[in-house]
Amino acid sequence: MKKNSFESSIKRLEQIVNDMENSELDIDKAMKLFEEGISLVRECSSKLNEAKKKVEILTEKNGKIEKNEFSDTEE
Amino acid sequence: MNLEDKIVYTVSRINSEIKSVLEDSYPAVWITGEISGFKTYSSGHSYFNLKDENSQISAVLFAGFGKNIKFIPQDGVQVVIYGKITAYVQKGSYQIQVFSMEESGRGRLQETFENLKNKLQSEGLFDEARKRPLPFFIKKIAVVTSKDGAALHDILKVLNNVKSCLEVLIYPVRVQGEQSKFEIAGAIEYLNKNHGDIDVMLVGRGGGSLEDLWAFNEETVARAIYNSDIPVISCVGHEIDYTIADFVSDIRAATPSVAAEIIVKNRKYTEDKLSLLLERMNSDIKNILSMCTEKLDRFKTSRALSKPHLIYEDKIQYVDECGEKILRRLKEIILSKQTKLELNAQKLNLLSPLNILSKGYAVCSDLKGILKSVDRIKNDDNIGIKFADGKVRAKITEVIYEEKQL
Repeated sequence: MKKNSFESSIKRLEQIVNDMENSELDIDKAMKLFEEGISLVRECSSKLNEAKKKVEILTEKNGKIEKNEFSDTEE
Repeated sequence: MNLEDKIVYTVSRINSEIKSVLEDSYPAVWITGEISGFKTYSSGHSYFNLKDENSQISAVLFAGFGKNIKFIPQDGVQVVIYGKITAYVQKGSYQIQVFSMEESGRGRLQETFENLKNKLQSEGLFDEARKRPLPFFIKKIAVVTSKDGAALHDILKVLNNVKSCLEVLIYPVRVQGEQSKFEIAGAIEYLNKNHGDIDVMLVGRGGGSLEDLWAFNEETVARAIYNSDIPVISCVGHEIDYTIADFVSDIRAATPSVAAEIIVKNRKYTEDKLSLLLERMNSDIKNILSMCTEKLDRFKTSRALSKPHLIYEDKIQYVDECGEKILRRLKEIILSKQTKLELNAQKLNLLSPLNILSKGYAVCSDLKGILKSVDRIKNDDNIGIKFADGKVRAKITEVIYEEKQL
């Protein structure tokens, strides 16, 4: 769901850029597209730049699989 | 002991008979063992021993058969030999004469590999059309490999290049040994069932012998990859190692590091694409705005808007000209009327009786008015005669008729 919306945002953005480049637009329409595009760019880049970064490892405990933080000790 | 009763063999004879027995008994045998003391003579023939833990047998590989061997025989290599047992009569030793030879481990495994590969290929597991592209935005990846192997270490090291927004879930499995295929396949299934939000899965291990990598040539693993809804990048061993898993997976990475680099590149591509779109959009809007400004400027500098007075100046001039024309015309008309009037006045003047009188004519009148004939006049009538400068009264003394002359 989340990744779909990212992908569709990019698709929409491409559409906007193509429209701006290939069709005769009055300024109102162009400004509207531009605004929409800018908010899409913001949305996408905030997703790309989300600080969340983690490495986890699945470990089995009493027949159950658990998620734990992982650190690469061999560094 | 009576020697006459016994059969006495010569050495040559007995060795020849043994040779026959051996050759008749073992005309075609397969023997497996390890090569040792391999030596090729200038004649092209090779001699070596084939041994196992407890025993050994001499072997000869004649040059004519040696041509068909597909690997380089070396000491220590496990081989399967196809040949016949024979004896070397001169020395009284027996040996195997080699017809063909292949590396035993590789030979068997290679055959299994080819069989499975052909089977899965014909089932369509390797179809290019089935292979999925990587998602546009990879946010979460899973790694199925050994917890302690070099592969995991390499992958994480490369993934460090992605600075933000990346989740890595490691599913540790054994990557060699009997159980490894079940663990690998189980991990792929588990992740599909319980972690559907994973964008892509790396499945692999570091380099090793063909036997070490074997789990990735197992059908169980191949089918698990085939059935995975999550796209799979396989990364087994080194560049030269191709496994069944590589053929089934959506993307084959040469090594675990390369697999991680694919993720990093994918992210960079996504970021670049986004900033390129932004750049284009910015320049587009700039172009559109400057086009509009230009249009506006053209309007602003047009004569109508920049010098509007010019328009009515022209009009005024025109109106002026028109007025002028009308006035001139009026004057002309008036003048011509005046001239005409004067002319008429002159004519009128000429016709005036007073004017006539001044030329010596006189007007006679009686009480009834101006006299135009003598008819009414009789002697002694009093008439008035008007001259230009006065009147006289007169008394008629004689009336004379004159015939009108025409």
